[in-house]
Amino acid sequence: MMLEVKNLDVFYGNIRALHGISFEVNKGEIVTLIGSNGAGKTTTLRSISALNRIHGGEIVFDGKPITNLEAHRIVRLGISHVPEGRKIIGNLTVLENLMMGAFIRSDKAGIQESLEDVFTRFPRLKERAKQLGGTLSGGEQQMLAIGRGLMAKPELLLLDEPSMGLSPILVEEIFDIISRINKLGTTILLVEQNAFMALQVAHRGYVLETGRIVLSGPSAKLRADDQVRAAYLGEIA
Amino acid sequence: MDKNKQVILALVGVVVLYIILKALIMTGVLGPYWQIILNYALIYVIGGLGLSIIYGFTGQFSLGHAAFVGIGAYSAGLFAITFSHYGAWGSLGSLVVGIVCAGVVGYLIGVPILRLKSDYLGIATLGFNFIVYDGLQNSDKLFPAMGGAQGMTGVPQFQTFEWYFVAAVLVVILARNFVFSTHGRACTAIRENETAANVVGVSPARTKIMAFTIGCALAGLAGALYCHNYPYLNPDSFSFLESINYLIVVVLGGLGSLAGTVITAVGWAFLLELLRLVLGPFYAFRGVIYALILIVVIIVRSQGIFGGMEAPFLVPQIGRRKPRAIVGS
Repeated sequence: MMLEVKNLDVFYGNIRALHGISFEVNKGEIVTLIGSNGAGKTTTLRSISALNRIHGGEIVFDGKPITNLEAHRIVRLGISHVPEGRKIIGNLTVLENLMMGAFIRSDKAGIQESLEDVFTRFPRLKERAKQLGGTLSGGEQQMLAIGRGLMAKPELLLLDEPSMGLSPILVEEIFDIISRINKLGTTILLVEQNAFMALQVAHRGYVLETGRIVLSGPSAKLRADDQVRAAYLGEIA
Repeated sequence: MDKNKQVILALVGVVVLYIILKALIMTGVLGPYWQIILNYALIYVIGGLGLSIIYGFTGQFSLGHAAFVGIGAYSAGLFAITFSHYGAWGSLGSLVVGIVCAGVVGYLIGVPILRLKSDYLGIATLGFNFIVYDGLQNSDKLFPAMGGAQGMTGVPQFQTFEWYFVAAVLVVILARNFVFSTHGRACTAIRENETAANVVGVSPARTKIMAFTIGCALAGLAGALYCHNYPYLNPDSFSFLESINYLIVVVLGGLGSLAGTVITAVGWAFLLELLRLVLGPFYAFRGVIYALILIVVIIVRSQGIFGGMEAPFLVPQIGRRKPRAIVGS
């Protein structure tokens, strides 16, 4: 098991965002957390990468507890977080943004290799390498954010709403890329509101509702579930 | 190739600038008085670049920069007086002492206060400036040599323009290399978006402290040079108002522009003197003029005069970039 989250509790002030949720991600999988706004999806990801304080529970990565580490240490263990809203550094060029992704690495040749890799995967980024990050379109920024995440050469990639604000064609493209990244050996934990797309690329999924996991299982099973279809896939049960 | 040419051109430019200034000094166009002002302008460049790294590039609002200039000036001055019999070596050593003292104090102060954000950090640094100022005012009670409110005298003077010029050029090169290094990019990332910086593995605390320490060390160098340029050190030269001058240089020049800081620092130092000449008996009204300049610039160009611009030779190979205009917080 690559990632194990046990009884995770998170509060924002008096409001309980997560009610002791537990789930796991196995090596080589794409696992998705789906749920509506405010269900606690982003909070869960932010807890794993230590951007949030955790009030209870445990997070284990590769057999080691990482619950009390700082965010900048988590990256070094091989967990790369592509945050919600992309968080591109607008005043740095595309190339510099990507190089920021390799901040924790010092193997020059390896970094160069990863860079070539990102450029073949996202040719658009290569074209715009010298442009400022802030001048990219929404879709390009999402590609840049994913590319930056890959530059750390992670074992586990945390993706937070990669489809947010993108046109349907771009959403297809992004999910296609996610699928291919996974096939090349990167494990992915994907948080999505677009349950339809998420359940197509993911192997397994968990359904979050107001801070609790209410359903889990293989994607195909979730896709066939009446409740899921009614609540997240826009179908009438 | 292109880049190498630019760097060579820049170096030629530096040499030409030196020859022109030197010629002006030799021919007496720039008399001894203006030479001191020129040195002062270069000191401003060094101190200004220090604050530029702290505020312009890392986004850490400091209202106490002059305190670190003062620490550099007094520590270097004391060292130079003590070791004056070593001549130039004593003076050179005093520069190192100024850099180290201000840098170490910057680090020690930075660790607790850099947790604070924007305005709160401003207040904390402001408080520190008052502490240093009061400390200097009453320093004679502990160390009579420091002179307290009477000021400190006896620091060996060297108004040799070369020292200041070489120091300023070196600091510009250093600042450029730092800003465009991996750690410099980490600073920019912190300024723009702490979460983004954090998720790629940048430690916000450590990066801020590093930038603050470097900036304070440069302030220390500025101070160390200052004490050799003026025979009389007075706590008033390192008060809160002087911190505001540094802040003006960085903001007016444009946050995140090295060239902007350099040009504005020189311009500001000469403007202060020019106003003395132009205003004559009305010199007391100079504050009105600074304020007007500030207000007009902020209305017309809120990103600063050179905000969003950078001298091409100050931008190294990786992805030729012009900084985007930043409006301070």
